Amino acid sequence: MLIGLFNDWIVVVLMMIGLYIVIAHGNLIKKLIGLTIFQTSVFIFYISMANVDGGTAPILADGINQYSNPLPHVLILTAIVVGIATTALGLSLVVRIKESYNSIEEEEIQQQDNDEQLSMNKAEENP
Amino acid sequence: MDIVITICSGFLLLVGSFLCISGGIGLLRFPDFYTRMHAVGVTDTLGAGMILVGLMILSTDLLVFAKLVMVLLLTLLIGPTTSHVLAKAAFHNGLLPKDSNNLSQAKEKENTSSIL
Amino acid sequence: MIDIVLLTLLVVIAIAIIRMKDLFAAVMLAGIYGLLSASFFVAMDAVDVAFTEAAVGAGISTLLMLVVITMTGSKEKPTRHKPFSALFVVIITGGLLIYGTLDMPYFGSADAPIHNHTSPRYIKDSMQEIGIPNIVTSVLASYRAFDTFGEVVVIFTAGIGVLTLLSVARSKENDDKIEAINDSMHQQHLVIRIISKMLIPFIFLFALYVQFHGDFGPGGGFQAGVIFASAIILYTMLFGLSTARKVINQTFVQIIAALGVLLYGSVGIVSLMNGGNFLDYNVLSSNPITGQHLGILLIEWGVGCTVASVMVVIFFNFAGRRAFQQHKKKLQDKESSAC
Repeated sequence: MLIGLFNDWIVVVLMMIGLYIVIAHGNLIKKLIGLTIFQTSVFIFYISMANVDGGTAPILADGINQYSNPLPHVLILTAIVVGIATTALGLSLVVRIKESYNSIEEEEIQQQDNDEQLSMNKAEENP
Repeated sequence: MDIVITICSGFLLLVGSFLCISGGIGLLRFPDFYTRMHAVGVTDTLGAGMILVGLMILSTDLLVFAKLVMVLLLTLLIGPTTSHVLAKAAFHNGLLPKDSNNLSQAKEKENTSSIL
Repeated sequence: MIDIVLLTLLVVIAIAIIRMKDLFAAVMLAGIYGLLSASFFVAMDAVDVAFTEAAVGAGISTLLMLVVITMTGSKEKPTRHKPFSALFVVIITGGLLIYGTLDMPYFGSADAPIHNHTSPRYIKDSMQEIGIPNIVTSVLASYRAFDTFGEVVVIFTAGIGVLTLLSVARSKENDDKIEAINDSMHQQHLVIRIISKMLIPFIFLFALYVQFHGDFGPGGGFQAGVIFASAIILYTMLFGLSTARKVINQTFVQIIAALGVLLYGSVGIVSLMNGGNFLDYNVLSSNPITGQHLGILLIEWGVGCTVASVMVVIFFNFAGRRAFQQHKKKLQDKESSAC
């Protein structure tokens, strides 16, 4: 059973590593890298499900009658390109956050927001 | 004739793989950035070239042979260029080779802008 | 056997990314991760997916992250508190997921439910109904063309988003100054400029080959668009952003991006006007097979145009923002040293 389900367990391990990076690290770019690891592990899951023993690539050729399943390949092609689109948008947001807060660490950004909130409350109390 | 071709291509594939492995060992064991670049640049290009020639001998279709020739030309062109660019970028940013005792000469060279 | 080795290497790299504090090393490791997963896809006989992952995941993604690191700094601050709660959540979720995989069919079994319902119809009928050997392209471009339409619109939206967030209004550049900078840099970067000038036409040719050969082998619009954009990005990196802006007009590139999506939608509308469903290619010509070929050619062309121009737009905006930040910093330094 270990050999049969090895791919699935490795995918779970990779997914959890990606999730850990997103939750536990404060740097925004590290979080984006963790998200990329998470996405790629899902792709590996689908593609290893599509593989058939003794089959070849799903391109019709003479003399071959067992092909790998082409449907997950199509889904993952779309998913890869959508992943890069969201990563590009996330990176441009990181650039703008760096310009506004001068830092990309989550704790420092929250600290600056809290300080600003406190100073705004104090300005309201003493007009 | 077939057995000669198979043995030749098998030999070339083995030599190519050995070169790539030795490049990897050099990457880990050499002491400095520039020596590591030299190890990887030389052995990776030659190793990939030998693997490609070994595959070229085995191919039966003219189209596959032509594609492999083009990949070989591209590898021979890009491998040395990449190691050159990496080493030049490192030198331009101030990374000096280890045990270099002509520090002043190196700094003077860096200030002029005609480095190739 | 080889896929077990590749997957173990992937886990090792992912653990190394957790432990890295230097963001530059983490981004390069993420690029290696993408390349290794592309090799894994080749070992799984998924050649189209491997092509796309190598071009996008190991190429464009690493490049964009490196550009952002030059703007945001490359050191990560260590967290002060211990991540025990995150570890707890991750271990519980991982355990539940592994319990969930115990019922899955074994790797490679041909009688798994996934292989028995819709895929046999695609494999059996693709040659008669559409007539191209690559089943992935026929499913992507004809049977499931509506999903691909959504994907092209998503890429276009990402391009618009990056334009909104990062574009800066530029003043007209001084032509003589650009020439002077270019000449002084030419001596410094002689080798790489000559080699890339030799290679860029062949990269364009390869992109066109991948675009039109997608019916018969791995390839198609997405991969071709990414390769085309990477040739332009190579030129920009070596010859400077100002020279590249003179060579490639920004407005033209943005118009091409919109035209790609428009072309895709128009094929659907023409099908509607000819009496079929939306994106039904059988009615595009008197012979259904010719109609399918024509429809697939046109929409892959639209996809290639949009993907190439959006990647170019994204890179130009990142690089332009960086130039803008450096320009602003230079002005600030001049002001602070003057007063």
